[in-house]
Amino acid sequence: MSGNYGFWLPVAASSYARDLDTDFYLLLSGMVLMFFLWLGAFVYFLLRYRSGRAHQVERSGRGGGWALGAGLSIIVFELAVIVVYSVPTWAHVRMWLPSEKDAVEVEVKAQQYAWNVRYPGPDGKFGRTDPKLVHFTNPIGLDFSDPAAKDDVVLANEIHLPLGRPAIIRLSSLDVIHSLFIPEFRLKQDAVPGMSIPLWVKPTRLGTYDMVCAQLCGFAHAFMDGKVIVESPEAFEAWLKSRAPAAPTPAANF
Amino acid sequence: MAHGEEGGAGSFWRRYVFATDHKTIGLQYFFAAVFFLFAGFLMMMLMRWQLAYPWKPIPWFGKFLPARLAPNGSMGPDLYNMLGAMHGTVMIFLGIAPLGFAAFGNYVLPLQIGARDMAFPRLNMASFWLFLMGGILMLSSFWLPGGAIQSGWTSYPPLSIINPGQTVWIIAMVLIITSSLLGAINFITTTLNERAPGMSLMRLPIFVWTQLITSIILLLAFPPVEAAAVLLLMDRVAHTSFYVPAGVVVLGEALNRSGGGSPLLWQHLFWFLGHPEVYVLLLPPLGIVAEVLANGTRKPIYGYRVIVGSLLSLCLLSFIVWAHHQFVSGLFAGLANFFLMTTLTISIPVVLVVTCYVWTLKGGSIRFTTPMLFALAFLPMFGIGGLTGLPLGTHVTDIYLHDTYFVIAHFHYVVSNGIMIALFAGIYYWYPKWFGRMMDERLGKIHFWTTIIALNGLFFPMFIQGLAGMQRRLFDPGAQVHNRLVAPLNVFISFMAAVLLLGQLPFLYNFFVSLWKGEKAPENPWEATTLDWACPSPPPHGNFEKPPRAYRGPYEYSAGDGSRDCLPQGTA
Repeated sequence: MSGNYGFWLPVAASSYARDLDTDFYLLLSGMVLMFFLWLGAFVYFLLRYRSGRAHQVERSGRGGGWALGAGLSIIVFELAVIVVYSVPTWAHVRMWLPSEKDAVEVEVKAQQYAWNVRYPGPDGKFGRTDPKLVHFTNPIGLDFSDPAAKDDVVLANEIHLPLGRPAIIRLSSLDVIHSLFIPEFRLKQDAVPGMSIPLWVKPTRLGTYDMVCAQLCGFAHAFMDGKVIVESPEAFEAWLKSRAPAAPTPAANF
Repeated sequence: MAHGEEGGAGSFWRRYVFATDHKTIGLQYFFAAVFFLFAGFLMMMLMRWQLAYPWKPIPWFGKFLPARLAPNGSMGPDLYNMLGAMHGTVMIFLGIAPLGFAAFGNYVLPLQIGARDMAFPRLNMASFWLFLMGGILMLSSFWLPGGAIQSGWTSYPPLSIINPGQTVWIIAMVLIITSSLLGAINFITTTLNERAPGMSLMRLPIFVWTQLITSIILLLAFPPVEAAAVLLLMDRVAHTSFYVPAGVVVLGEALNRSGGGSPLLWQHLFWFLGHPEVYVLLLPPLGIVAEVLANGTRKPIYGYRVIVGSLLSLCLLSFIVWAHHQFVSGLFAGLANFFLMTTLTISIPVVLVVTCYVWTLKGGSIRFTTPMLFALAFLPMFGIGGLTGLPLGTHVTDIYLHDTYFVIAHFHYVVSNGIMIALFAGIYYWYPKWFGRMMDERLGKIHFWTTIIALNGLFFPMFIQGLAGMQRRLFDPGAQVHNRLVAPLNVFISFMAAVLLLGQLPFLYNFFVSLWKGEKAPENPWEATTLDWACPSPPPHGNFEKPPRAYRGPYEYSAGDGSRDCLPQGTA
């Protein structure tokens, strides 16, 4: 898994990872072009117009026409990238969800300093939770008087996902703000207490990926570390069966 | 006017401590801000040690740290979080902003508009003392029970509600914000009411424009965050729930609050200040660079009107871009498109200003003095800082880059490599006016080259770390698999930080030795045109020997047929 990372963007492992990278490369090419145009003019002027060379100071050009030209070209470039690429990509990644029928549903509830992961189990329904029931043996406060809760699969710091099938991740937090960050998926979203934020991702590459916290959440923030395991649909189903029915699994309460 | 007279004569205390003269207050701000900058720098050095050599005892300094925070002299995560949050707070609110706005503004703005003093000298004094009290309280929080703030300089609740150390931060921030508001009112009134005859708005030096616009931003952006900070204080001490939703459970214990609040509310109120604050940091240095560039190229600033128009539109736009800090915060996704548009719109005035500065060089007669070197270096450094903001201001690319070292590299290229470099240009440029002595050019150039090389070595590798996905605010980045390859770059980065520290020694030596040993400075050592150079160095109380008058625009270099090198603004 360490082979996924380099001195540049890591391996792309989700269906939209390449789209995000492409947007970055579009912007990067504009940035580099703009910078070297400025730098070229800058260096040329410094060499050409240093004092001591015999030339009269040119006072012309108080108008700012060159600046307006530069401003105009950057807005045309930015608008092109945004309208053609960024806004549609954003709509696809963040303003759309796959239908719940086709998707694997996972709930991720962050806490200091662990990711509590829950699957709805064979009945396809998440059971009720209650903050009053939170205990180190029941990290998300699952209410076992609810029949839907009995087959829920709860585990810590590990998400299993099937290859090629969209997953809906419902993200929330028990205590402070955390941020779910899976570099290979190009996925990042703050987990906010009091909110349940739906995300989607379609894994396109088998493997094990880092799942870390990107928002300062306390002294052990740097050690809030988990794994995403992308496996074949058959292996995923077999794994899910092996976990159910759930005995509540204690999360590592750091 | 009589008000300019007070504080000039009188006891030592009236003259140097509780002074009302704008020049004394400017220097008080200057020395306080430089002290805070070094304090923030030392915090950074301690963090750099931890990042380069995690868990290893801090050499020498470690034995002075309390065992609770640094067992065996090696840094603990609580201390790391304190240093990180305090580095940000101290650098932004106690270092850069007071230096660029309050110190340079207080000293130079009244001189440049031909005023005898600020409009409200006693308010000015109150502003400085509030600032100093806030600053001392802020730093002293390290030694108070609970220690310093640990939730980042952004202090996101609920973390900032349950963490120790936050209360003192809030109270210190309220003092600092109040100080800024008093200063802003004073600067606006002074600029509009105290101008010398003939100093119309379109004859104001760019520096004065930047100070005026900074004041407007401060006046409008700070009150919301001051109110927000008081609400946060209430959440901490009075158990209110402005930022606490129902059902929060901390380490297995339900938090004793009624709930109903929103953690995102704080983020909105904070960034409503937080983003305009970037322009508070940036605009005064932009003004300094304009003054130094016009002077060093011996020609008028290119596109004066375009620059003024751009600065005014920056002021307006800076209030509607704040949520680009919140693209992945849980903000409604459709709103992100709006903030993307406004953010990219604000890049236009910035591009206009930078391009005007670059084109000012064209056709000039460039003198490579030390202040000019710093002002020139500002342009490419700020260029990198500004351009790398594009993928952060674009929501799609921000998903991945948000909260990584790419962000750290981006804003340090703006604030450290750009703004701080421009502030150095200002120090070298106005030193003769302030102290009546010249600084040594050779030491200045040594300082320039070591600083610029060290800063780039320090911050450029962070772009790579950020692209590889390394998150910010990590006590030990190498603890996570995806950071293992890029975390060792921290050894090189920390080495460059040490070079940067050493590179400041020639500056300090130059600064203090020149106070006594420097060559005596004439009234106008740089052959400049603006009114600040039409009074003695240093100016006496009341500034000008006879009331000044502005006869022309601020940058009449190489005027007429080009036979005269410069036509000062105040010479008939």
